[in-house]
Amino acid sequence: MKLWKTILAAAALALAASTSSFAARTDLVIGIPLEPPHLDPTAGAAAAIDEVLYANVFEGLTRIGPNGEVLPDLAESWAISDDGKVYIFKLHTGVKFHDGTDFNADDVKFSLDRARADNSVNAQKGLFAAIDKVEVVDPATVKVTLKNPQGSFLYNMGWGDAVMVAPESADTNKEKPVGTGPFKFQSWAKGSSITLVKSDNYWGTPVALDKAEFRIVPDAAAAVPALLSGDIQAFPFFDPDSVAQVKDDPRFKVVIGSTEGETILSINNKKPPFDKLQVRQAISYALDRKAIIDGASAGLGVPIGSHMSPANKDYVDLTGHYPHDVAKAKELLKEAGLENGFKATLKLPPPSYARLGGEIIASELRDVGIDLEIIPVEWAQWLDQVFTKKDYDLTIVSHTEPNDIDIYSRKDYYFNYDNPAFDKIIADLNLASDEAKRKELLGQAQKILADDAVVGFLYELPKVGVWDAKLQGLWENAPIQANDLTKVKWSD
Amino acid sequence: MTAYLLKRLIIALATLVLASMVVFAVLEIIPGDPARLMLGLNASADQVEVLRNQMGLNAPLALRYLHWAGGLLSLDFGRSYTYSVPVIDLVRERVVVSLPLALIALALSTIIAIPVGLYSASRRGQAGDTIAMGATQFGVAVPNFWFALMLIYLFAVWLRLVPAGGFPGWSAGVWPALKSLLLPSVALALPQAAILARVARSALIEVLNEDYIRTARAKGLPYRAVLWRHALRNAMIPVLTILGLQFAFLLAGTIIIENVFYLPGLGRLVFQAITQRDLIVVESVVMLLVAAVIAVNLIVDLSYAVVDPRLRSRQ
Repeated sequence: MKLWKTILAAAALALAASTSSFAARTDLVIGIPLEPPHLDPTAGAAAAIDEVLYANVFEGLTRIGPNGEVLPDLAESWAISDDGKVYIFKLHTGVKFHDGTDFNADDVKFSLDRARADNSVNAQKGLFAAIDKVEVVDPATVKVTLKNPQGSFLYNMGWGDAVMVAPESADTNKEKPVGTGPFKFQSWAKGSSITLVKSDNYWGTPVALDKAEFRIVPDAAAAVPALLSGDIQAFPFFDPDSVAQVKDDPRFKVVIGSTEGETILSINNKKPPFDKLQVRQAISYALDRKAIIDGASAGLGVPIGSHMSPANKDYVDLTGHYPHDVAKAKELLKEAGLENGFKATLKLPPPSYARLGGEIIASELRDVGIDLEIIPVEWAQWLDQVFTKKDYDLTIVSHTEPNDIDIYSRKDYYFNYDNPAFDKIIADLNLASDEAKRKELLGQAQKILADDAVVGFLYELPKVGVWDAKLQGLWENAPIQANDLTKVKWSD
Repeated sequence: MTAYLLKRLIIALATLVLASMVVFAVLEIIPGDPARLMLGLNASADQVEVLRNQMGLNAPLALRYLHWAGGLLSLDFGRSYTYSVPVIDLVRERVVVSLPLALIALALSTIIAIPVGLYSASRRGQAGDTIAMGATQFGVAVPNFWFALMLIYLFAVWLRLVPAGGFPGWSAGVWPALKSLLLPSVALALPQAAILARVARSALIEVLNEDYIRTARAKGLPYRAVLWRHALRNAMIPVLTILGLQFAFLLAGTIIIENVFYLPGLGRLVFQAITQRDLIVVESVVMLLVAAVIAVNLIVDLSYAVVDPRLRSRQ
């Protein structure tokens, strides 16, 4: 009798154990707002490409981790020469592309040479500008020689635009991406979804998910019912204004993280009267960041005082540089000879942070006598008129590229800002690889931008993620625009 | 009859040619460079130039028009700038969503509208008519995307009978695919049905006042038979006209509805292509829609002849 009970108990236990291991789901449907135009991360700037493929299908020599750190990826280790110009990468062996071909040093040379070639259409060609030559030492060793030392080289090699591709498949990656990652591409129903499945011959730790489908949901109003009905289990980039509808629901987790998106009121620094420092400073004093964040981003988002993410280790807090002070702003305008105020235009691209933020900023600037005419534009128009032709006074945009403070030193950039002292710091920064030195230079750079009030620094765009409470391992922050699924699993 | 047909055909063709010129010219005028859009903020001007050359954007305008229009004649719609696949492939993938959606919506709106119109017209001024017309007034006033959201919350979130959006593809089976088109087509059909019902009612009321209706009743024909055989048939012309116009509205309406239900249809394709300045896709799809609308109007013109024998014998 006792034996009988034991057997029964054991059977029940075994059953419970087996059902629970069966119960853990291995599939996931993720909602993304924009469809990638194609699936080749080395041939387009659209963030949606990396949001599907980065770290999942494609891998680079290095990779960016969940908190923006540089981690080894296809290169298991590297050595840097004393002058900082030669990098020897030791590659993992036994790595295969999804089409079965081997990955080795030849593919590294091919990928890097392709990205920096004259006819390259790599959207971040600048990442490879410092490379002088790439040599294959042996199948598992690559030697990269730089024209000059570059402190950010290992970071640059971790971007989605620097992933490794094979000569056999590079030309067809747009339709049928072939990488070395833990997931391989299965299908793309245009306009609807992209499906990845687990790769069986992955060289590293296998992933927990068998299948991941990225479903395109362009409308924020459609995202909420899709979550509530269980059709879609995760929206890593959710609309901040819709958070209120799901945040009290225990079935979901709302995770607010940081991004690399500095949201700024860009100013055309050459166009009078914005060429006067006092006018730009007056604008900075006129801005009430708290009100802007509340109105444009549902109160989510961290104020910034210069062009650096507060999550960055080299961040300097300059938010107190220009406190909200209407009297001071009016005084500065008077000094500039504009006590009667002036008229200007504010061109707003489609994202809600710009359209909503623009209305608040227009009313704040009206309080100090600057009368703004709001002109809504599409992205294509914005790129054409504002970014390329620099035909604008003020605009609002979020600069989402990581570590991009150097844009202020670029010749002919749409800010029309020109400060040799700042350019010198960026040039020094490019050559510096010592951490302490870089931190000091980056601090100085942030300070100069704040002093010059080059643009109106508003806030760091939040990353609002909403997903099923049982889902684990999705990124909290977005140091780069990616949905790394390598550590994602369902708890039971 | 042949002359009537010929005249209609010539008008249709001329409209197509004119539309192709307008569509091409308008899209070339709007600002925005597809190459810059693809490469983003960090690419240099030289690189954008390289891509523009690869995409064939640097050829003269007239040459590009002739190339495109010539291609259309041989049913070659060109290659998408952003997707870099033939436009016809994109269209083929999308039309299997949008066309069934529009047709189901059209059928639904007719099935709802005609009986409501008949009911209201035959009970003119009574309580039933007032209620029905109040409901259609509501239907005309409320935008279809609001209907869509209400339907989603009721049937997808609360009752969980249908998915909240998305399209599994016809390969997943006819029923799952139809199921995902159900709510969108109802949302599209309701406002159209409301308009159609009002038109049907007023057309019927007008016909019911005619002498021949009184004659038919006087010779002892039952009211129901008069309504169906004499009144409805004579009220068909305005109803058909509105139905033809509605097809164009339905195609336009799918742009909004496909966004709310994230369906991969033609409307979404056009919307996406406009924001990405994938001009060749926009131009070709718009031309297809123009052709579809013209074809439907042609069919409507011809169906006048079917319902009205006088049009057949004329000329």
